[in-house]
Amino acid sequence: MAVTININGKDETIDAAPGTPLLWVLRDHLQMTGTKFGCGVAQCGACTVHLDGEPVRSCSIPHDALDGGKVTTIEGKEGKAAKAIRDAWVNLNVPQCGYCQSGQIMSAVALLEANPKPSDQDIDDAMSGNLCRCATYMSIRRAIKQAAASL
Amino acid sequence: MFFENFIPKGDEEITEVVSGSSGSSIPVNLSRRGFLTTTSAFVVGVTLAGCSQAEEVVIDPTPPTPAGPSPLTEVKGGDATPSLWIEIEADGKVKITCHRSEMGQQAWTSMTQIVADELEADWAKVEVVQALGNPKYGDQNTDGSRSVRYNFHRLRVAGAAMRQMLCQAAANHWGIELADCRAEQGVVSNSVNKKTLTYGQLAEAAGNLQVPAEDQIVLKSRDEWRFIGKEISSLTVEKIVRGEGTFGQDVQREGMVYAVIAHPPRVFAEVQSFDDSQTKQVQGVVRTVKLPDATAPALFKPLGGVAVIAKDTWSAIQGREALVVEWSDGPNKEFNSEPYFDELSAAAKNPGNPQRSKGDAAQAIKDASTKVSAEYRSAFIVHSPMEPPSATAEWNGDELECWACVQDPQTTRRTLSELLQHDIEKIKVNATWLGGAFGRKSKCDFVVEAAILAKEVGTPVKVVWTREDEIQGGYYHAMAVQNFEGGLDADGKALAYQHRTAFPSIGSTFNPAADEPGPFECDLGATDAPFDIPNIQVEAVKAKAGVRIGWLRSVANIHHVFGVQSFAAEMAAAAGKDQKDYLLELIGAPRIVDLSAENSKYGNYGADIEEYPLDADRLANVIRKAADMAKWGRDLPAGHGLGIAVHRSFLSYVALVVEVAVDAEGNLTIVGCWSAVDAGTVVNPKHVKHQIEGGVIFGFSNALYGKISVTEGQVDQANFPDWRLMRMDEAPKAFEVEVIESNAPPAGVGEPGTPPAAPALANAIFAATGKRYRTLPIIGPDDYTLPLNSDNA
Ligand code: FES
Ligand code: FES
Repeated sequence: MAVTININGKDETIDAAPGTPLLWVLRDHLQMTGTKFGCGVAQCGACTVHLDGEPVRSCSIPHDALDGGKVTTIEGKEGKAAKAIRDAWVNLNVPQCGYCQSGQIMSAVALLEANPKPSDQDIDDAMSGNLCRCATYMSIRRAIKQAAASL
Repeated sequence: MFFENFIPKGDEEITEVVSGSSGSSIPVNLSRRGFLTTTSAFVVGVTLAGCSQAEEVVIDPTPPTPAGPSPLTEVKGGDATPSLWIEIEADGKVKITCHRSEMGQQAWTSMTQIVADELEADWAKVEVVQALGNPKYGDQNTDGSRSVRYNFHRLRVAGAAMRQMLCQAAANHWGIELADCRAEQGVVSNSVNKKTLTYGQLAEAAGNLQVPAEDQIVLKSRDEWRFIGKEISSLTVEKIVRGEGTFGQDVQREGMVYAVIAHPPRVFAEVQSFDDSQTKQVQGVVRTVKLPDATAPALFKPLGGVAVIAKDTWSAIQGREALVVEWSDGPNKEFNSEPYFDELSAAAKNPGNPQRSKGDAAQAIKDASTKVSAEYRSAFIVHSPMEPPSATAEWNGDELECWACVQDPQTTRRTLSELLQHDIEKIKVNATWLGGAFGRKSKCDFVVEAAILAKEVGTPVKVVWTREDEIQGGYYHAMAVQNFEGGLDADGKALAYQHRTAFPSIGSTFNPAADEPGPFECDLGATDAPFDIPNIQVEAVKAKAGVRIGWLRSVANIHHVFGVQSFAAEMAAAAGKDQKDYLLELIGAPRIVDLSAENSKYGNYGADIEEYPLDADRLANVIRKAADMAKWGRDLPAGHGLGIAVHRSFLSYVALVVEVAVDAEGNLTIVGCWSAVDAGTVVNPKHVKHQIEGGVIFGFSNALYGKISVTEGQVDQANFPDWRLMRMDEAPKAFEVEVIESNAPPAGVGEPGTPPAAPALANAIFAATGKRYRTLPIIGPDDYTLPLNSDNA
């Protein structure tokens, strides 16, 4: 049954099997591959998108249970915090392979939007759901601080 | 390097058929002269930003004499013919081909920095082109931390040759001497008539000139380097922050279907029967395909199993859930990793195959006034790049094209040709970006799966490995048991040292008869222990493999250096001496360590030992530097401890000091890390620092939490967090890396951060708590505190 979802401000009509997670709708049905698959069980954060401004794991949310919620992905995320985070990420060359970084950025932007001056503890709390096997954690922490300072 | 002995090789492809195996994005030049521009026009009129000249200049592309073959096909490191690497367009855009895979180590940036520097390119006009897998590039096997070291010289020569040809074209046009021309950031100027020409204007004429011989090429001096050695920004980051760029998992082809595969639970278990009736009921499922069963040796063959083909990944995953497969036991059902530790432990108490012998260690240990002994154990670990393996294959008639996150597109192409019995010239392999690799993506089993399935299904197929597939279908870093004995004199000076190492060899993946750690593995951290001790014995002890064994970031260095550098600290403790001072004493006086004088055939990472000697002074230097950075010897708060470890791997010297804090409940905080790195000549210090931070934390993650166990041949772990990785809140609170300035030849940086991580951490925990952890992982997947009362300590 077709479902309409608002993604990055645009209504998309999706015809996927009931219960298909948002992640696979984005990646396979809409060819929006910026949102990554890392575990499928809400443990790595690679698939993080915003649902009504909150960071969520798209691998664990059925696309047909969004209930009119607005989805924002790495491709569509803009605004002051997003710009500050991207600038800091570029400036410090945070990513190594980059695969986890869409999710890291979506988590970091959500953090700064809710809390423009996060403490170290706030950063740990907001970012510990996002795994990075390249272990860019030091750079991520520095970049969030740099972005916060620029806001 | 060492792994190449094990990689299946077809007939060496010496003759090159350029057409048919080159992609449209690769500059093709049959004559191997200069290079071709993408425009046929040679009248180029452009307005030049930052250049006073805006006139239309006509450059005659006809060379004064016909160009001969390139004399640069065999410079040190391989073919340096400029056309292989550089394409300059009429608008001045410079396309530089990167033949190494980009997997986070910034191969795109570093390879480009080297070429662009000698070329005197304008960095803003530089673009990277990823090479297809093709032997014309020489080695493309992106492992062993050697992209820079293998290619530094020849890429400089290629860039410099091109620069010289551009200057020559300008000199010909102006009718002046080459010596009067000067290239700078994409523009050639001259001292005679003060005119300038851009690279874009000169491109076609330069491309028709004879490539100069190496002895006619003037490389820039170090102080003229514009990009090499500078903290140039990553060439991938701008795309990454927008979710752009194509990883293996991201490939899309017209008409593509998705495949998820039910792999055998044990290596070489076969499909006896399967029932896909429920699978076919799943919405989106197209069909199932049985893959060929795998037989020994494992090589890079697919594991076998049953593939579920569907219209999207989720449907394929659901279809696999619904599949019922009966598997044969196969030859590995008897294998259980936990009891196997005890078997290896017993074996390592007896002599093994000597790898290095000096004096009489056994006798000297017997005679010593103080004896020290220890056994170290370490679990299997798995790579877990954040991107699980994925490959897409498409057949057009008998032409096969694959897109995949592979570390070596050439081996992938050769393996496809051999396993599918298909003409290699009809196979194209595109390396996408790799979402991490760490050695897993050197093995192209998943690409072969895609090729087989695409052929069977008749449309392009993307094979998606889930995290479960990655964790359970790995080529594991070997579990290991190591036995150490040492003998000290009455003053605590080390007189004897014996190290026995027992672990299943990577060789077993390629040759089932390989039942002992190979010299190429012992060389990684065991044979090369740089100790100046009068009696030394290093031995390899037999061990069987029950799973596929592979190489993982820094390979056998991981367990060896954990043992060697922990044991050095244990000897220091037995001698009642400071750990750092004792380590310096063990390493001894400044000298070149000559392992050949100690009955060892040390492989030195495949590098010439004259060019890359094992230099005790450089080791001592990084130890002193890291200790200074950490203010070694300072007063520490209660519950804090400092630990140190050092190792030379992949020809780089890395010392690491770790400070930990441990409270009464065993909560561990990594307070700080200080690392000094001597990697010889460095192309990009910023990215080196990131590799060291990443490599160290990768090592911490495995040392604290990483455990793969095997029951009846089957891996017990399935996904995060039962296979656990370090998270942000567990990462070090501070990290400083210092890159030592050096004119020595370039060495590796992707892996050398990892080996010292585990022992420096264990040594710091010992300093903080008095507990000596000799088994990895120290904490494991299920706990959050150090096991202060366990036998491990
Ligand atoms: S893919 Fe969603 S959390 Fe890992
Ligand atoms: S940058 Fe590679 S996984 Fe995070």
